[in-house]
Amino acid sequence: MFGGPFNSSLVKTTSYKVILPFYIYGAVAFLMASILLFNSSIDFEGHYFNPRILAITHMMALGWGTMIILGASHQLVPVLIEGQLYSEKLAKWSFYLAAIGIPMLVYAFYVFNMGPIAKWGGRFVVIAVLLYLINIAKSIDQSKSRNVHANFVLGAVIWLFLTVLVGLALVYNFTYNLLPKDHLHYLYFHAHLGIIGWFLLLIIGVGSRLIPMFMISKYTNDKLLWTVFILINMALLFFVVFFYWMEALVGLTYIPVIFILVAIVMFGFYCYKAYQHRLRKQVDDQVKISLLAVAMLALPVMMLILVITLLLTVTGQETNLILTYGFLIFFGWLTAIILGMTFKTLPFIVWNKVYHKKSALAKTPNPKDLFNPQVFKVMIIVYLIGLIMFAVGILMMQDVLLKLGAIFMLITAVLYNFNVFKVMNHKAEGI
Amino acid sequence: MNIETNNATKCDLACEALKTVDDPEIGLNIVDLGLVYAVNFDEEIKEVQLTMTLTTTFCPMGESITSNAMMALEMYFPGYDVDVHLVFDPPWGYHLISEEGRVFLGR
Repeated sequence: MFGGPFNSSLVKTTSYKVILPFYIYGAVAFLMASILLFNSSIDFEGHYFNPRILAITHMMALGWGTMIILGASHQLVPVLIEGQLYSEKLAKWSFYLAAIGIPMLVYAFYVFNMGPIAKWGGRFVVIAVLLYLINIAKSIDQSKSRNVHANFVLGAVIWLFLTVLVGLALVYNFTYNLLPKDHLHYLYFHAHLGIIGWFLLLIIGVGSRLIPMFMISKYTNDKLLWTVFILINMALLFFVVFFYWMEALVGLTYIPVIFILVAIVMFGFYCYKAYQHRLRKQVDDQVKISLLAVAMLALPVMMLILVITLLLTVTGQETNLILTYGFLIFFGWLTAIILGMTFKTLPFIVWNKVYHKKSALAKTPNPKDLFNPQVFKVMIIVYLIGLIMFAVGILMMQDVLLKLGAIFMLITAVLYNFNVFKVMNHKAEGI
Repeated sequence: MNIETNNATKCDLACEALKTVDDPEIGLNIVDLGLVYAVNFDEEIKEVQLTMTLTTTFCPMGESITSNAMMALEMYFPGYDVDVHLVFDPPWGYHLISEEGRVFLGR
């Protein structure tokens, strides 16, 4: 016989009303960041500590990457932790506060005025992340499962909280000179806590569950995932503990970088094994671009190793390499994953909203029919061309390549928004 | 595919009904996907009792799938109430996918 009584809460997922605003916000932020990239492409021939580059980076990291991940995670975390989201109200407040704080911060960076607008923007973002941390920690605490994916998520949110705290301290540092060393030193620290601690840890934690699920793969390897989790956290802890010595001994940076490189290779191997053992032979374009994004991670890591090597040998040659590295992370790896995964999650959320309790009554469209696949394909091609052009443009300091790359990225954002809003505006068909 | 039942003839009809309900992500019906564990009939109170599972707890499509399964049975068995009993023990696994399901996925 079959155990366990019927429990409707086991199928109760987070309301679409909580999730959809994050997706809309993310899509608009990507468009805004692409407009800023187009307007400021020439700045990418100079130093990375530039007001417009700081504005674009924060629009990409917070408005685009973090907002989409926050939205998707409010629905996916219950699947990962096998428990309900603790509070939808907290999720809504996280959205409101982040939605107000992010444009304030971006505007303040753009005009480079670290006055009250920047400080309030930073405070709002910190409180939004704190509420998100409470929500996730409470959700995990009340769920029965303590699996490896739940640990990845919790770890990532803790690192995100530390990242935004350091970020706020940096905003204050402009006015009060709180920190003993120069500003760039902490910028490097702040950026890597966010990139590795938040984005990498969370994407591996969620991806390691979703990629095999989408491909219906029999492959699981918790031991490998735990090793990846420990390697990334060890790299971050090493980075935090030895941070002060790294300026004098740049070679020390190789240690966490090697840990990260091993973790990424192991995760790549995990994805390859999941792909090999899949039951579903046809892999759709959305999953393909996400798998490509995993492989694309190798580029920024190689770039980082090159930067460290250059810092050890010759100085002053690394500025455009650092810019390319940052660009490949935010517009490369992170964007590629989101472009793919948006259309693997958003159509299902909207389909559920529109056809809930209706699909047995008549033939209804599939969730994947809610967006235009041709537009999606063109978007991916345009995106890859734009990415390569802009990255080469930074390396070669070529105005024309930078402008053309930015135009292609802007077209990508327009096509992405077209499909996102097409899904959002879907009305019931066939009933 | 081994579905428990106390009425084989009616169970075939119930399977026909449940085969109209697809998992929206995979595109495969819930019978061939192996989500249906048992279909029993209580003629005294005119009730169809469906015992089924989902591929994972808190599946984002879970509510849609269970309510659509309920509606499909209501349409095929007019005059009967439908009781959906959702279980996660035993948990769903790939071994539960039928031969037809495997052919579908392998295309």
